[in-house]
Formats: sequence, C-alpha cells, structure tokens
Amino acid sequence: MKKNEGHEQTGIKPLIPDRKVGIIGYGAYVPRYRLPGTEVARIWTDGTSGSPVKEKAVAGLDEDVATMSIEAARNALARAGIAANELRAVWVGSESHPYAVKPTGTIVAEAIGAVPSIQAADFQFACKAGTEAIVAAIALVGSNMADYAMGIGMDIAQGRPGDSLEYTASSGGAAYILGPAEKSLAEIEAVYSYVTDTPDFWRRQEQKYPEHGQRFTGEPAYFKHITEAGKALMDALKMKPEDFAYGVFHQPNTKFPQRAGSLLGFKPEQTAVGLLSPVIGNTYAGASIIGLTAILDQAKPGERILLVSYGSGAGSDAFVIKVTEAITERQKLATLTADYIQRRTEIDYATYARYRGKLAMK
Amino acid sequence: MEIPRHWRLKQQRYALVGEVCPHCDAKIFPPRDVCPECGGEAREAYNFSGKGEVYSFTRMGEGPAGFEEQAPYTVALVKLAEGPVVTAQLTDLGDTKVEIGMPVEMVTRRIRQDGDERGMIVYGYKFRPVMQG
Repeated sequence: MKKNEGHEQTGIKPLIPDRKVGIIGYGAYVPRYRLPGTEVARIWTDGTSGSPVKEKAVAGLDEDVATMSIEAARNALARAGIAANELRAVWVGSESHPYAVKPTGTIVAEAIGAVPSIQAADFQFACKAGTEAIVAAIALVGSNMADYAMGIGMDIAQGRPGDSLEYTASSGGAAYILGPAEKSLAEIEAVYSYVTDTPDFWRRQEQKYPEHGQRFTGEPAYFKHITEAGKALMDALKMKPEDFAYGVFHQPNTKFPQRAGSLLGFKPEQTAVGLLSPVIGNTYAGASIIGLTAILDQAKPGERILLVSYGSGAGSDAFVIKVTEAITERQKLATLTADYIQRRTEIDYATYARYRGKLAMK
Repeated sequence: MEIPRHWRLKQQRYALVGEVCPHCDAKIFPPRDVCPECGGEAREAYNFSGKGEVYSFTRMGEGPAGFEEQAPYTVALVKLAEGPVVTAQLTDLGDTKVEIGMPVEMVTRRIRQDGDERGMIVYGYKFRPVMQG
C-alpha cells in the first residue's frame, strides 16, 4: 500500500497512523429479550403495517449502557489476552449514557480493572459515537502514546411509542481493544471520515425521545455519507469492492445497509454475515461494529473487511480492516455474537413498555 | 445517602474482587482481611472467576425499599466455584426454571438507585444461567 499521499484526483488523505494499529480483542453484547415487529404493529396500527426488522433486542430492567459495555469489554479482554491495567483508555460512544453528567467510561474501567492509569470519557455522535471512539483509540496507539486502548459503541436506543423508530430502536453493541498491529487479530489499514452538518435526526437536551426528518434521513443523510466515506477510502487505497470478503454498514433497518452495500458495489453475499439488524434491530452506536463482531467470529486470515458507520448529524467513518493469522485462535475465547443472538426470550409490548421505562410509576 | 459505602464497596460489587489467604490459600468473599478458615491475616486481592452454582433460592413477590419496581425477582445463595457462598439476584432468566445446582455466572448489573431518579446508580453483581461452558 502506498504511504499516505492522498488520492491524485480527489486529494483525499485517509487516516493512517505512523505505527501500524490493529484490533487486539473484540467483544459483543446483545441482551436476552426480543420484541417482534408484529407486536409494535399490533399496538399502533392494528397489525396492518409491516416491520423493517423481524425483531429487536431489548435490555432487561437492570441493564444500561454501562452494564452492557462492561460485558462487551470483558469479552474483548478475554480475546485480547492482555491484563486490563495494560489499557490506557476506555472510551464509550453512546446516545444513551446512564448519566447526563458522570462518565460511563469510569464505571466500565473500574469494573474491568483498568483504573486508574487511563483516559476515560464518553463520546456522543448519534450512531457513530462508537466508531469515533475507535478512531481516537487508533490515534492513541498509532502515535505511540499507548500500547492498548479500548473503544466501545453501545446503546439502549430510544424510540417514541408508535413512531416508526420503535420497530427498530434496540439494545446492544460491541467493544474493541486497539493495539500494535503485530499483536492484532485484524489490522486497521486506513480510516476515512466524511462529516457535514445535516439535521436528519436529533434529541434535544432533557427530551426523552428523538426527532427525525422522516424521508430526509435517507438520501442526503445516510446514503450520502456512507457512500462518500466508503468510496473515498477505497479510491485512496486503490481498492475495489472485489478486494473485500465482507462489507458492513450502519444498519438502522434491513433495507438501508443492503442498498448502501449495493451503491458501493458490494454483492449481497459480502454483506450478509455482518447484517444483524433483521434479528437484533438498530443498536445505534453499536450497529455497524456489532456487525463486525459477527464477521470476525468467522473471518479467515488475509480477508479484508470494509466497515462504514453512520451517525446522524451527520457523518460516516470508513475502515479498511485486514484479518491476520491470530484471528483463528481468538475467536472462541469469548461468547460468539451468534450465541448472544440465539439466546432469546420473546416478550410482548407490555413487558417491553415495563422494561424500557415507558410506564409512569409515580 | 450512602455514597461513601457504595464507593468503598465498588470493587467487590462490580467485579467480585475478594481476597486470598497467603497461609492456607482459602478464597475469601466478601473481603474481611482475616481468613475465616485459619484466622491468619489475608489482605491479598483475588479476582473470583464469577462461576458458581445455585445453592438455594427464593422468589421475591414484593421487594424491599429500593427494589419494589423489580419484583417479582429471584434471589439465590450462589456457591462460587472457589468456595464462598454469596447472596445475589438472579437475572436474565427468561423462561429458565431455576433449580438447585444450576450453573450460573456473574454479570455486573444495576442493583438499584440511591434514593430517587436523581440519586446515584448502584451497580453490582448478579448471576445468570451460564452462556458457555
């Protein structure tokens, strides 16, 4: 690969650190409960509307972004085989941090035993807060300031009762430990982000539920940012869709990531493994990176993966990732994403309303 | 307000950090600095594996103060793989029927909030049916 001179026509320079960086460990988390789309339709449309996903994962009464991040982080540590106190950062990206003020990162770091010699902070960028935390972790390792850093994307997504988002807004995410490429199970070859001010989806301070721009969330927002980021990165690296075994994109529903893949030139078989939204819903900051855990769970050495996240507001982070020999022995060191998905207890709308705090108790 | 107590107990609650006795190798939980087996001083931290089995259990139809909104739930005596028995809630049961001897594993969850929704969130250990062997 040519060193970072940028693309001759576009001039776009991907982010490539001086010191090569890779994924040392990864871990997923999906809570146990599932709300089928038919349940939301039963309550709000007399069962007449279709659902953009089969079902969505719902966190239990005692779960939040901190507890789910702790489990994903423990899975990532198990695969990394490093001691928690070797981490120099625990960064958590989410739009549903349990506290408005008080970092989730400190709770996670304390629980996994990573304190006190660390950076800890929370990232917020709608659904790309997790990949933004990972880019920061890449920079910390790539600049030689640290050997290991953790980036997490996790959400208990909010959707207004009856809104179209209620079919998909779900719970889950993933944790990644970044470290030197020579110790990695997958090398991060390059990153490129494409960001503009685009008001497609937001939640104001102290509001419980987000607002969105209906159809505006598609073309100028989701598709524009994902395709620009993905295409620019592939162009800069002189890569084509055929160079990738897998593609994984932010997945707010089933159709958007399928179409984004096809716009970027990916075939359905390249994107099928990472497409989890039909069975777990949209985990917001966790969505693209939990798709990546499903790919890593079965990837083979030498395979390339294109990941493009999307966060409303808006922006996309694109990553080119190359799987190394170390993957095979580390896949089984923690719970596989498929095992989390398979562990499911279906709930009805009333139980969902109770678990997600939609009942007024006082 | 019990903030100092929550803060003091966080390591044992978040991650089952107990102690190991340097004299007789007994694993101690909760940590108490004196070995309940041999009486020797024991201050070395020990990370429990989090694996265990249900020693006994009961179903709480009505929760005590701070736990009302969680009822009904199951509380168990969990015999940890390393020996000690701890009291904890079982979680993520779904439709799993609880039985004595059922293998369980530790997860860190929200236990309750200190006071009302303005208070700090208290996290700690619970146990769920094991996900993998």
